[in-house]
Amino acid sequence: MATNGTAPDPLNGSCPVPIAEHGRIVLGHGSGGKLSGELLQDIFLPAFDNEHLARLGDQAMLDVNRTRLAFTTDSFVVTPIFFPGGDIGQLAINGTINDLAMGGARPLYIAAAFILEEGLEIDELRRVVESMRAAAAAAGVQVVTGDTKVVERGKGDKLFITTTGLGIVDKPVAISADRARPGDKVILSGTIGDHGMAIMSRRENLEFEGTIESDSAALNGLVSTMIAASPDIHCLRDPTRGGVATTLNELAVASAVGIEIDEKEIPVREAVRGACEIMGLDPLYVANEGKLVAIVAPDAADSILSAMRSHPLGKDAAIVGEVLAEHPRMVVLKTTIGGRRIVDVLFGEQLPRIC
Amino acid sequence: MKYVDEYRNAELADKIIAELRRVQTRPWVIMEVCGGQTHSIVKHGIDTMLPETVELVHGPGCPVCVTPLEIIDKAHAIARRPEVIFCSFGDMLRVPGSENDLFTIKSAGADIRIVYSPLDCLKIARAHPEKKVVFFAVGFETTAPANAMAVWQAHKKGVKNFSILVSHVLVPPSIAAILQSPQNRVQAFLGPGHVCAVVGYREYEALSARYRVPIVVTGFEPLDILEGTLMAVRQLESARAEVENQYARAVQREGNLQAQNILLEVFDICDRQWRGIGSIPKSGYKLRYEFRDHDAASIFEVQEIDTKEPAACISGQILKGIKKPHDCNAFGTLCTPRHPLGATMVSAEGACAAYYAYGRHLEPRPAVERNPE
Repeated sequence: MATNGTAPDPLNGSCPVPIAEHGRIVLGHGSGGKLSGELLQDIFLPAFDNEHLARLGDQAMLDVNRTRLAFTTDSFVVTPIFFPGGDIGQLAINGTINDLAMGGARPLYIAAAFILEEGLEIDELRRVVESMRAAAAAAGVQVVTGDTKVVERGKGDKLFITTTGLGIVDKPVAISADRARPGDKVILSGTIGDHGMAIMSRRENLEFEGTIESDSAALNGLVSTMIAASPDIHCLRDPTRGGVATTLNELAVASAVGIEIDEKEIPVREAVRGACEIMGLDPLYVANEGKLVAIVAPDAADSILSAMRSHPLGKDAAIVGEVLAEHPRMVVLKTTIGGRRIVDVLFGEQLPRIC
Repeated sequence: MKYVDEYRNAELADKIIAELRRVQTRPWVIMEVCGGQTHSIVKHGIDTMLPETVELVHGPGCPVCVTPLEIIDKAHAIARRPEVIFCSFGDMLRVPGSENDLFTIKSAGADIRIVYSPLDCLKIARAHPEKKVVFFAVGFETTAPANAMAVWQAHKKGVKNFSILVSHVLVPPSIAAILQSPQNRVQAFLGPGHVCAVVGYREYEALSARYRVPIVVTGFEPLDILEGTLMAVRQLESARAEVENQYARAVQREGNLQAQNILLEVFDICDRQWRGIGSIPKSGYKLRYEFRDHDAASIFEVQEIDTKEPAACISGQILKGIKKPHDCNAFGTLCTPRHPLGATMVSAEGACAAYYAYGRHLEPRPAVERNPE
C-alpha cells in the first residue's frame, strides 16, 4: 500500500477499498440523484416489491372497478417556508397535482398531513394554509382529509407537509416513462432552474439583478390542453429535484433509448443563468416546480407545441431535443459552442465550487 | 450574461479551430493548469471540438484534489469536536478522508457549515463567542488573499475564536515539478488566469525561460481556452517559448498588488505535500508566527493520523499529465465520485471527476503520440 505523499504504484495490484461508505443518511440521499436511487434500490423496493411500485412512476396507476386511478404522495420540506414566488403550502398542493397530471390524470382529491414544530407562529401556519386553499381552488381540487402532529422545538424545521393525491384518467392516453421511441421530440414547457435558484438565492442572501421567483404552478391545465391537441404524448415528467438532467436520464433508462438535447434551445432566464454561473451550478440539475418535460410522437410535436404556447404556463415552450436509437440510456448535450458532452445523473447534491 | 455569452460564440469558435488546423503541422500536448479550465473544457465539450492531434492534458490545479489526506483527516478531527463550528467551501464536504467525509460527520451531529467567503466565518465567530470557528483554508493563490484578509481582520479586531486550517498551495512550483519529471509529456501550458490575476505572471516568465516552454495565461470561457490553445500551438510551431497573456481583460503582468501585500503580511512560504504528487519545496503558504493564535493546526492538538492511499490510484500521474483518466483500470468502475480512490476523483474540478461527471467514462479518446522535438 502506498503511503500518502508518494506517487502510488499503478502496478501494485492490491485490492483498493472504497473510502466513503455512508453508514448514515447524508443530505445527498435526498437529492434525487444516485444516492437517492441507492436508497430506493437497497431499502424501499425490496421491502414493498409489487408491480405498481416497480414502474417507478411519479404516480401509481391503479385499475379499480374498471376505473383508472392515479395515486401519489409527496413530502415538502423547504427553508425558508416563504420564498419569492411561492411558499411551502402552494408547493405542497401543486407538487402533488403535478405528479397526478404527469400520468395524464385529472386531479380530484388531496389529503394533507402537517408536522408542526413547537413555537411556529400560528399566523405563519394560517398563511401557509390559506395559500394551499388558493392553490387547490385554482387547480380545481379539494383537500378532503388530513392530520396534524406537533414535535418539540428543534425537532423539526417550522413545518413539514405531506400531501397525497388521487386523480382519474378519463382520456384515452398511455403516458409512461418507458414509451419514448427513436424519432420522438423532447419538449420543455418553459424556462428551467427558477425554483431552485429562487430558494438558493434567498437562503444564501445572494442578490441578483431582479429577484428570481419560484415557478411553482399546477400543470394539470397545461396537460389537458396538450392532450386535447394530440393524445400522442409518450412521456411526461415534471423535472423537480435533480432538474431536467435527472428527468431525461430517467426517461432514457426506462425507455432504453438515447436522448440528445441542444443547449442553445433550452430556455433559461438571464438572472438564473447569472446566479448559476456565480455559484458554479448547472441549471440542468436545478429544481423546477412548474415545468414539464414531454416526449411526443414526431408528427404530433408541432400541434402539441403550439397548444402549449397558447397556455400561460407554456408560453416559452420549446422543442429542445430528440430521442435516438444511438447511445441507449444516455443523454447527450450539444453545447452552445458546438461541442458535445454526456449529461449524467449526479450522485448527490450540486455543490458550489471553490474557484 | 452578455459578457459571458460573447465568449461562447460558436461561429468564433469555428474560426479559431480552423486557424488551429491551418497552423498546426505536428501533434502537440498542452496542459491546462487550472481545475476551473479542466471543468470548462469538459462542460462545454471543447475536447470534442479540437483536432485530435492537439491533446489537452489536465494539470494539478484543483485545490480540493491536491489537499493531502492527512490535512483532510486533521480537518475531520477538528470538525468533530463539540466546541467547534467548522466552515468550508462546499466541495470540500464530499472529499473523503481515511474514514469518511464531512457530510457524514455533519450527519452524526457536528456543526459544519458551507460558506462562500472566509469573511462570513468572522460573522459566525462574533455571533457565537462560546464556540471556536474554524475555516478550512484550501486553495491556490486565488483564494489565499480573502483567507489572509479574514485572519488579518480577526487579528486586528480581536476575534479570538476564529482560526483557519491552512492548506494553501502555489502553482509555479508544481509546474516546475511537472517539467522536471523524466516522464513529462507536456510541451506547453495554458497558465492559470485567475491565479495570475492575483500574483501577475513575472514568475511564469522565469519558468518559461528556464525550461524553454511556452506558457499562455488563459481564461476560463470556451473561446478563452480555444484562443489560448491556438496561441500555444503558434509558439510551438514557430519554436518560441515565452509567456503570452490571452486573458488580458483580467490579468496584468504585475497582478493585484494590494492582494499580494496582504499575502506577504499574513503568510510565509513553506514546503507542502500535494496529494498524489508528494512533497514540493516552497510550494505553499503557512500562517506567519504573529498570527499563530488564528492557526487551527496549532490551536487544536490533533494526533498525527496514519493515512493510506489506495494502491490502484494513478492520480499522481494524472496530475502531472503523464496519464489520463481512461488509462486507469479503476476509472468509472472501482473509482467513481461516489467511491473516489484518489485525488483527481474527489472534486468536480479534478480531471477524473470532471471526465466522469460529463460522461467521459463512457467514451474514451485516443492519446496523441508525443512529438520528438
